[in-house]
Amino acid sequence: MPGRSLLLKLLSAVIVFGAWEIAGRIPVSYAFPTFLESMWALVKLTLDGTIFTAYAETLKPLVVGIVISAVLGIGLGLWIGLSSKFDWLFSPIFVVMQSAPLAALIPLLVMAYGIGLTSKVFVVCIMAMPVIVLNTSGAVRNTPSTIKEMGRAFLGSERDIILKIIIPAASPIIFAGLRLGISAGFIGAILAELKITPTGVGDIITYSRSIADYPSMYAAIFSIILLAVLFLNLLERVELLLFKGHNRGYVSD
Amino acid sequence: MSQIRDAHGRDDQPEVDNAVTARNVSKTYGDVEALKDLSLDFPRGQLTSLLGPSGCGKTTLLKIIGGLLAPTSGEVEVNGQTVTGPGPDRAFVFQDFALLPWANVIRNVAFGLELRGVARSEREEIAQKYIHNVGLGGFENSYPHELSGGMRQRVGLARALSVDAQVLLMDEPFSAVDEQTRRKFQEDLLSLVQHESKTFIFVTHSIEEAVYVSDQIAILLPRPSRVSEVIKPTGFRNKGTDNIRRDPEYLDIVDRIWASLRSYVE
Ligand SMILES: Nc1ncnc2c1ncn2[C@@H]1O[C@H](COP(=O)(O)OP(=O)(O)OP(=O)(O)O)[C@@H](O)[C@H]1O
Ligand SMILES: [Mg+2]
Repeated sequence: MPGRSLLLKLLSAVIVFGAWEIAGRIPVSYAFPTFLESMWALVKLTLDGTIFTAYAETLKPLVVGIVISAVLGIGLGLWIGLSSKFDWLFSPIFVVMQSAPLAALIPLLVMAYGIGLTSKVFVVCIMAMPVIVLNTSGAVRNTPSTIKEMGRAFLGSERDIILKIIIPAASPIIFAGLRLGISAGFIGAILAELKITPTGVGDIITYSRSIADYPSMYAAIFSIILLAVLFLNLLERVELLLFKGHNRGYVSD
Repeated sequence: MSQIRDAHGRDDQPEVDNAVTARNVSKTYGDVEALKDLSLDFPRGQLTSLLGPSGCGKTTLLKIIGGLLAPTSGEVEVNGQTVTGPGPDRAFVFQDFALLPWANVIRNVAFGLELRGVARSEREEIAQKYIHNVGLGGFENSYPHELSGGMRQRVGLARALSVDAQVLLMDEPFSAVDEQTRRKFQEDLLSLVQHESKTFIFVTHSIEEAVYVSDQIAILLPRPSRVSEVIKPTGFRNKGTDNIRRDPEYLDIVDRIWASLRSYVE
């Protein structure tokens, strides 16, 4: 039923944007432009190329941070999940990281790593990594013991059991963590640009706000959300391709 | 007539060749004493049933024989070798099927061979054969959640058969199939026992099923969880599958087992 789900997605988009347009027209606030004004601003930003140079800047910490978070986060999560010893040692770190107020950490990061790319990558990682690690380790630990036992009964090596049973069984939750982590990473990238140095999309937001060009500000915010949504949809495609059959429900009985 | 002997008394038969021997096996889970000082022989080429009320330790014993669990004390020998872990000489049919939900039927059935490093085309050919044997032809590409409980169970059965182990450990392999299929499977199992020189260890809740398919029935009772009685039906095995259920000895044994188990149900 891909047609129907697409239709529902479109419908929900229409409702959200409609509400935005109405709220902008009332207006809810003087600083809240309508949907159409914002879209027009986005078109202008696109046509004069501003948005592209901005993203060239913003995507650097975002992509680097997300790649690091995904690779390191899944690796670390697997390791923590597979070893019962390290769980109590590492899990708390990520639980703390997940709940720490990031804004309070940023001055510390800037002090340690300056205002360059490194600090921004750190912010993205701090946002993205904990949920990836925690989901991965949790999923690994919760692999149904009967299928692991089955693997042992049929003489699977430790490696076989990890690669052919534990990781496939954990992959839906690992991917869910990846999706959450990546959305958080997007937030982190913008936050870094707002709090550390205004560059890229963060610069558009800061600058247009300072000159009260609210449509451009919302256009920039909208564009980052759009990018995040597109990226997450892409990830979902990859997941479906990689783990065909995983969307086929679980047999636990 | 059948011969009955006490679990611990030596019988007067000539030396039989045992594929599996359990010696003084005990297993405790924390405070729960699942098995206590259990000894039992499993003659080669025969089918031994483990029969007993729920929770008496049948699965536990089977897993100890399979090398999936270590006994707290005592030991199990398979072909004279003490069991220290799973081995190629044993295959397991799990009570809860233990299928991979993301793998289709053919991959699930071939999974045991896959783990043994058999090449894909070869293992799928073997799997195909057993898929047909258990009556799942045409479902090769279905996923477990698309199958009924009984069909899933047959996938687990085909997987165990396809690795061609000498000892088959079957934990209630027919519990989820309907009565008709169950009867057919029981007949199939009898011919399997007859034609293949495999040793079957078969857990069941059904008295009739145990008596119908077994060369030897071990009755397990809880507290103390050990073999209370071993029954060896001998008289009706060669009378043909259709006549067994009418045989007086068959009916007799069913009654007697029920008499000894009934107190644990009430
Ligand atoms: N992993 C475990 N941890 C603790 N206790 C367990 C565990 N597995 C089994 N037991 C206990 O051991 C006893 C025997 O369990 P087992 O699964 O062997 O029974 P069973 O005879 O196979 O029962 P059923 O016929 O219902 O399958 C039960 O009382 C159960 O509570
Ligand atoms: Mg059981």
